[in-house]
Amino acid sequence: MNQVPAPDSDQLRARYPQVFERPASARLATPVVALLALAIFIFGLVDLDFSPTRFFNGLHELGWITLLMLPPDPGSSLPLYLKAMGETLSIALLGTTLAALMALPVSLFAARNVVPDIVRFPVRRFLDSIRGVDTLIWALVWINVVGLGPFAGVLAIAVSDFGAFGKLFSEAIEAADRKQVEGIRASGGSAVHEIRFGLLPQVLPVIAGQVLYFIESNTRSATIIGIVGAGGIGLQLAEQIRVLEWQKVSFLILMILVAVAAIDWISGKLRFAIIGRRAVA
Amino acid sequence: MTSAVAILPSQQLAPLNEAYRKAVARKRLRVALGAAVFVAALVIAAFGAEVNLKTFFTYIGNFASYFDRILKLDDGSRVWTNVGEWFWGWQKWLRLLGETLLISYVGTLIGAVFAFLLNFFAAENTSPATWLRFVVRRLLEFARTVPGIVFALIFVIAFGLGPMAGVLAIAIHSTGALGKQFSEIVENADMKPVEGVHSTGASWVSCMRFAVLPQVVAGYASYALLRFEINVREASVMGFVGAGGIGQELVVAIRKFYYSDVSAILVTIIITVFIIDIATGWLRGRLFGKEART
Repeated sequence: MNQVPAPDSDQLRARYPQVFERPASARLATPVVALLALAIFIFGLVDLDFSPTRFFNGLHELGWITLLMLPPDPGSSLPLYLKAMGETLSIALLGTTLAALMALPVSLFAARNVVPDIVRFPVRRFLDSIRGVDTLIWALVWINVVGLGPFAGVLAIAVSDFGAFGKLFSEAIEAADRKQVEGIRASGGSAVHEIRFGLLPQVLPVIAGQVLYFIESNTRSATIIGIVGAGGIGLQLAEQIRVLEWQKVSFLILMILVAVAAIDWISGKLRFAIIGRRAVA
Repeated sequence: MTSAVAILPSQQLAPLNEAYRKAVARKRLRVALGAAVFVAALVIAAFGAEVNLKTFFTYIGNFASYFDRILKLDDGSRVWTNVGEWFWGWQKWLRLLGETLLISYVGTLIGAVFAFLLNFFAAENTSPATWLRFVVRRLLEFARTVPGIVFALIFVIAFGLGPMAGVLAIAIHSTGALGKQFSEIVENADMKPVEGVHSTGASWVSCMRFAVLPQVVAGYASYALLRFEINVREASVMGFVGAGGIGQELVVAIRKFYYSDVSAILVTIIITVFIIDIATGWLRGRLFGKEART
């Protein structure tokens, strides 16, 4: 059996200085970052009025609330809640569809392979600004315009998703293959033909998948825009929380969970049907 | 040189053409049926959501003029002609904005710590017991499906008005979302190091610490940063229900029609979101770059 020679550590040290003697900056980076993060965290806790007494009193209160929530019970308001849930689902469906219809043409003007950068840049920034504003804020704005009610919710979801869709669609268009477009151009097609026959067949399935995914996530958004008065089940939920009807609150939360799960399941099935299992997974 | 395209004799061509037409017709029928169902759903939804096109077209002008109004100062001049007047409350707003950022930071960090503690139990390949995995997964699902603002509404009652409720709401929602994403990273991790560490007689905790963690920690940081960015947006509306941050100020300005204040606060929020977007994007790029190098 061969004897393994003892490693000449001095030579190794000389040969791989970066392993044996990492510069102080590299060694200190992790603890410094961790300390900094911790310092900001503690500063945050102090600045945001965290105190152990408040926390444990609140936890005690929360325990009581949870006990009072059981069992979930709609009382006599079940028909009202079902109607509100229907409203919520309608808001999500209409808002998403409207957003997709508006975003499709605009997204072409945000795609690198369709328009020059000078057009693309301002369109992108415009879409970013819309996305920077939360759906709830849009809901408040639309309530000022069309009044309280679910219609304001539809428009709020449409506008805030318009920003998100514009970005996602334009990314899908940018990822599309150039060859089809070149083929159309070679056979004498116009710019519109290039988009209709070269780009759209490639990007439509991707877009359909994204729209379906957003219908699901918008069901969630639509459940909360009622809190500011834009219709749907959020209105009932906020009201019942304000009057401390905890059994109704827990029932409404359960309804939301079930509805989101159902929409999730349906949109998943539809996505499989449209773009195939592999593309989704 | 030109070459002729060979055309099949018509008795061979006819059945092929026929089959092609049938296939296309089948596809068209399916698309038409799908479209019909979709349009029907839209019509039902339009009734459900009380869509009133008359109201819409009567008031659509208001939407445009709303933006016109929020970009005007009280004396009727455009906001950008007098920036000092436009951002008259900048000290207060900056403080509230700082509070918003702190809410999302503290909330994200608490959420990330809990997600970190729970995710090994939720991942398919590292969970010590099936029932434990089931319980943890349902817990995380609950935490991320209930919208953050609903937690905030309840916490405002339990913990009192103020940013604490917002922080806890964001922390719970982040635990749910990050727990799922973290456990997905763990599920994609290489299991050979785990076997190696396990074969030396190490405990489950040591396996996680020395075999799994080094593989996944960069992914964790990346997702946590992304979540921070999302939470900044979320924290900007927590004030709507009294859970701290700049939302309180914004909702008052919108409801009481302090037009130029609305635009000033919105601009502040949008710029902050931009900066956070760019900063976290840069940080994430550095993290992943570092991982790729070593």
